[in-house]
Amino acid sequence: MAGFLGSVRRRITPQGLRDAQQDAAADPVVRLLSDALSADRVRIDGAHRSLHGHDASVFDGGVSGPVCYPTSTEEVQAIMRIAKEHKRNIVPRGAGTGLAGGAIPLGAPIVVAVTKMNRILEVDVENRVAWVEPGVINLDLTKHLQPLGFHFAPDPSSQQVCTIGGNVANNSGGPHCLAYGVTNSHVLAIEVVLPSGDAVMLGGVDAEPAGLDLRGAFIGSEGTLGIATRVCVRLTPNPPAVKTLLLSFASIGDAASTVSSIIADGIVPAALEVMDQRITQAVENYVQAGYPTDAGAVLLAEVDGLAESIEVDAERIAQIGREQGALEVRVAADEAERAALWKGRKTAFGAVAQIAPDYYLHDTVVPRSALADVLEKVYEIAERHDLTVVNVFHAGDGNLHPLLAFDARKEGVLDRVHAAGAEILRVCLDAGGVLSGEHGIGLEKQKFMDEFFTDDDLEHQNRLRQSFDPGCRTNPGKVIPTGHSCADIAALKRVSNEVWV
Amino acid sequence: MTATRALEVNDPALLSFAEEVGERDSGLVAVAGGRTRWGVGGALDPAARVLTAPTGIVDYVPDEMTVRVRAGTTVAELHAALAEQGQRTGLPERGGTVGGAVAVGENSMFVLGRGRVREAVLQVRYVSDQGRIITGGGPTVKNVTGFDIPRLMVGALGTLGCLAEFILRTNPIPALTRWLVSDNVDPFAILDTVLQPGAILWDGRQTWVQLEGHPPGVEAEQRRLEAIGSFTETKGPPETPTHRWSLKPSELADAAQFGDQPWLASIGVGTVWASQPQPHRPLDPGVQALTDRVSEQFDPANRLNPGRRPGVSNPTGGS
Repeated sequence: MAGFLGSVRRRITPQGLRDAQQDAAADPVVRLLSDALSADRVRIDGAHRSLHGHDASVFDGGVSGPVCYPTSTEEVQAIMRIAKEHKRNIVPRGAGTGLAGGAIPLGAPIVVAVTKMNRILEVDVENRVAWVEPGVINLDLTKHLQPLGFHFAPDPSSQQVCTIGGNVANNSGGPHCLAYGVTNSHVLAIEVVLPSGDAVMLGGVDAEPAGLDLRGAFIGSEGTLGIATRVCVRLTPNPPAVKTLLLSFASIGDAASTVSSIIADGIVPAALEVMDQRITQAVENYVQAGYPTDAGAVLLAEVDGLAESIEVDAERIAQIGREQGALEVRVAADEAERAALWKGRKTAFGAVAQIAPDYYLHDTVVPRSALADVLEKVYEIAERHDLTVVNVFHAGDGNLHPLLAFDARKEGVLDRVHAAGAEILRVCLDAGGVLSGEHGIGLEKQKFMDEFFTDDDLEHQNRLRQSFDPGCRTNPGKVIPTGHSCADIAALKRVSNEVWV
Repeated sequence: MTATRALEVNDPALLSFAEEVGERDSGLVAVAGGRTRWGVGGALDPAARVLTAPTGIVDYVPDEMTVRVRAGTTVAELHAALAEQGQRTGLPERGGTVGGAVAVGENSMFVLGRGRVREAVLQVRYVSDQGRIITGGGPTVKNVTGFDIPRLMVGALGTLGCLAEFILRTNPIPALTRWLVSDNVDPFAILDTVLQPGAILWDGRQTWVQLEGHPPGVEAEQRRLEAIGSFTETKGPPETPTHRWSLKPSELADAAQFGDQPWLASIGVGTVWASQPQPHRPLDPGVQALTDRVSEQFDPANRLNPGRRPGVSNPTGGS
């Protein structure tokens, strides 16, 4: 599918590829990088560059320069120093599961893939932290911690493949961040290689690290402030008891108002997830999770903690659900049923393939009280643009994920997808919402940033950016829109003649 | 470019505060809250004009679990209003203002149960070195729209901007709070026994534990505690000595370092209230250089709360 960067995509022919490889081989920067790492960890072949030109978003048109696979902080420092010396840009990359285009390389920069820095360095139970490299996969870390009685709380749907470094870059969330908080609450310290090549330790394990919270400023900066090379994560004790409830409703509005009522009642469940009928049916067909397919919407509510306490919360949630007209309230009888329900929720986006071959997943947050109204408008917008929309979202924190399903081969459909997406965002902003809850701004939402922030706000965000990266060489052209940022996106789209592509 | 921005500011109280701060040529300015931590980060340049931040709770919707409050409001006033709806925030209750609590960034004694100050701030509004009102973050409980300016403001002592207004996350006040004290329990065994205590405090002789939650949960936790020590119910925590230390939780076991005067350690957190100041901990030179660049970007003329330096030890102490 062609995104807004489609115009810069180069069609690479076999001859062109050979030429490009020869150019690349002759590039002194590639030789320096190979000397600093090793030849097999600086890749210039077409397959690598093509793979690293994309992330999991709909945007294409990224052009990768040499792809480096460092294995140590020192190697990342060497790459940064070479890049600085030769005025090349850098794009850090984890597993490439981002949905906002944050890891898409613009203008053939050096791509620094941290996937080979994937060691769990230390589990320090006494301080309830673990030190990990940025390429460690989220779920691998949790599996490693499980036998010790702990886990890493952020659990994005991509947790089987996404990296801790990527979680730091995007301040990732997930269904269970409703009670536990997003990545910022679970990262205590980060070793960062700055664009200067210097390595600094931001934050610390002590109670109140001295100085500015540069750790906090780095998290969620989408790879624009430097490269995380070691991350100190908090260990969260595994809850001794968990209860998962499935509530079904005639309409998504009833499900949404139940969510508001649960929160208003002073209950903070571990997760509150809503799925509409269309996605419930697709999921059921795909993994047979045990969802009712005749309901207008289902609400998955999970409470965890002390067995004695969650009993109270689960009963109250069931009662609120019934008061709000729930058709059915079911408590997962055992771990197998609970796992099936979660499998259904976490594979929802995969199940969309049954509805249409392509999809565009949005990510916004609105006040919880506005959920029902906003959802009604989202369906209306999709209908007006003749598109199919499904809603599966983190209802507890008002984090909507309207998903537009379509067939990109149909003429004009992409224009409608983009127009509908823009309208959905504006409806969310009008309701007092924000542009993104967990996917980030990347390339996708830059053009909406000045509908949310003022020019002065954006200028201050750029001040933060400049203090870390005065040359604006680390993931340039992301987050802050053109005109407010040190990077000129138009210039990045025009790949310079000196840089091989 | 669009005409309306979601975060445009039109609150007259904030606009007049911005005017008071003034533009870059308006000289040195500082903001005073309750002056409960006035010495933190070094002495204020006496040439600075001292302002107070606007006050008042602007908007509180209990169902959203958020509250919009101006920086000069006292934490006591804020928490009194929230308590009427069964809610509270993670800010420390020690007599000062909301703006002061965020500027200083010291966590409450109950950080295990209520979270850190930095986690409570969803949106911040401050007046810049140029007298402009800047908004960072956003009004919702979850948000990754742009850089995380709110985190940068927590603990910055107002040196990057004069704090004017916040949207804070609120939390429900649990149905039951109970304090227990023991003189024979191993304080370091409690975290492995109790799932989420509000606080564990140890003075070398006695250990205080705060339990919170639904009554059946609190009762069950108390039974588990009684299996590892003898506990009696008590009214609350002991008095805290003046000076605040920041250590790793594992470093608390070495109690000799706190001196022979009274001290109180927060187990699982690493905060110690001691009778003498913590030995100076200089910032790593690389972090100091980065900090200086941030300060230079946000306040090149060094006119906002001049004399304060985040990271400089607290000469006057405070709990």
